[in-house]
Amino acid sequence: MAAPDHLAVERSTDAGPAGSPAVPGRPGTTRRRAQERAKHGSLRSRFRRDWQLLLMTVPAIGLLLLFHYVPLLGNVIAFQDYSPYVGIKDSPWVGMSNFQWLMFDESFWDATINTLSITTFQLIFYFPLPILLAILLDSVVRPRLRLFIQGIVYMPHFFSWVLVVTLFQQMFGGAGLLAQILRDHGFSGVDIMTNPDTFILLVTAETVWKDAGWGTIIFLAALAAINPHLYEAAAVDGASRWRRLWHITLPGLRPVFVLLLILRLGDALNVGFEQFFLQRDAVGRDAAEVLDTFMYWRTLLTGEWSYGAAAGLVKGVAGLILILIANKVAHRFGEQGIYKRS
Amino acid sequence: MTMPAWAERPTRLGASVKGLVLALIVAAVLFPIYMVVLTSLSTQEAVSKAGGLVTVPGELSFGAYEQLFAGGVVTRSIAVSLGVTVVGTLLSLSVTVLAAYGLSRPGSLLHRPMLFLVLLTFLFGPGMIPSYLLVSSLGLIDSYWALILPTAVTAFNLVVMRAFFMNIPEEVTDSARIDGASEFRILWRIVLPMSKGVTAVIGLFYAVGYWNAFFNATLYLNDNTKWPLQVVLRQFVLQGQSMFVGQTGDTAIGGHALPPSLAIQMAIVTLALIPVLVIYPFVQKHFTKGVIIGAVKG
Repeated sequence: MAAPDHLAVERSTDAGPAGSPAVPGRPGTTRRRAQERAKHGSLRSRFRRDWQLLLMTVPAIGLLLLFHYVPLLGNVIAFQDYSPYVGIKDSPWVGMSNFQWLMFDESFWDATINTLSITTFQLIFYFPLPILLAILLDSVVRPRLRLFIQGIVYMPHFFSWVLVVTLFQQMFGGAGLLAQILRDHGFSGVDIMTNPDTFILLVTAETVWKDAGWGTIIFLAALAAINPHLYEAAAVDGASRWRRLWHITLPGLRPVFVLLLILRLGDALNVGFEQFFLQRDAVGRDAAEVLDTFMYWRTLLTGEWSYGAAAGLVKGVAGLILILIANKVAHRFGEQGIYKRS
Repeated sequence: MTMPAWAERPTRLGASVKGLVLALIVAAVLFPIYMVVLTSLSTQEAVSKAGGLVTVPGELSFGAYEQLFAGGVVTRSIAVSLGVTVVGTLLSLSVTVLAAYGLSRPGSLLHRPMLFLVLLTFLFGPGMIPSYLLVSSLGLIDSYWALILPTAVTAFNLVVMRAFFMNIPEEVTDSARIDGASEFRILWRIVLPMSKGVTAVIGLFYAVGYWNAFFNATLYLNDNTKWPLQVVLRQFVLQGQSMFVGQTGDTAIGGHALPPSLAIQMAIVTLALIPVLVIYPFVQKHFTKGVIIGAVKG
């Protein structure tokens, strides 16, 4: 680190024009004052003042540009018959034909239907669980006990999907604990891990185990933000525990709930890739093929790059439209949504 | 016990139902982990007596771990995972902290377009196939950097961190600025020491991401000597129990006698768990403070 006297030596000359006089006694004016100050001045003086901030931002922006935005351009191969030996520049253009193939590809539609069924199923059977769990956790009064339980239920969120699927296999697989117990008691063993009929239950159970606990964190924060005087006033007026839950707690959670619902709806075409990638072989394509695994197996593995890029583009654009629609609906219902109307 | 005066006393039935439900939830998380760790520490006799996973502790042994650490696939994959996690987390955290601070002052030069660029990545991913083509055209196939660079910056983490920095009152940094301190110095000496919690949480997010990285490794690494632990876990534990026995015969584990194969498998699972279990308690207390404030405001 630089020596402390470095501070005094390099006197700043870039303070810029003096800010407008402060309005005393109003909180929040500091930031606004800073903004007003910041926008004054010529480009050069602003650069002199802000070059260090720019320099700090460059690496992150560079990485995002390279790994998020450059690949977007790579989507042009969806309109080509791309071959890696020829390169993007010289691969022949084929217009929309990849998309036409896709529209008549039954396996693509099967994957889409699987994806949407899983999303819908989890919307009903997974999505409300973090709220219930958060309300339950919030009612634990002893702070240390509560912290302990929170610590335990958050934890599986940090395990990899490989690990989660492995744990489930050890519990419910053909050689797992459940089958073992059943066999010990004279029943025939079960193998839930390879049964396509119950696959949707299995993946939902895995998701619940991994993420329902972590999902409570945002609802717990929203619960903590509810004014306790509301509860007191209601109780004094004779509202029962359940009425307080209905009239104070749930309305207090509504904005967060709607926000997460929008995000989930906008993300309807993503059900998580690794979870399905890992289990597709065991239960088979019919039940476990989702859009992301479709892209991987149909294209990356077979080298049909352009076809896969077309599928990815369709999925990306559809996802974008979904998120914009969901947000629009939220605005219509008077909620804030993910971005503000401006 | 801090029950407000107006609250009803919990009924005995209500309290016991609640306690039971919470106990079941905690058990559902801990029990599988307990069984896996116990089985990995059991002798062959204990495992075959249990007929599978061990639930009641019998004879214990470190045999499985000794075999695994004798050298071979698993040892190497742990080294790979640790290396990628350490290097990746340091890189990600540095880049994210710098950019979060660089974007924390609205009105600075290019602030709006750069922030927009970051936020826009929330709306769409780069796509699997174009990403693969990019990584391969950068010559990163079979390079460990392919596991680090594409996921090095996460917009979510950046935005959470930035929201936290923006909450630091400007008066705190202004005096240093008037004294002529550079922005780097202000960040290092003033802002970061005030942001230990959020830095720890974001660091954990990145570290866990690298440690758990699985798909990028299968996608970008063809050379199986470079596999990280998660890929090894999938190959040897999830995909085929018989395949593992084949692997133990050759150099994979070293020429030792075969220990109980289930114990070895569970030892691999345990090794994949341990770093998370060790680091997690230290970071957990910062979760609500560090993350949620940022997330709600961001």
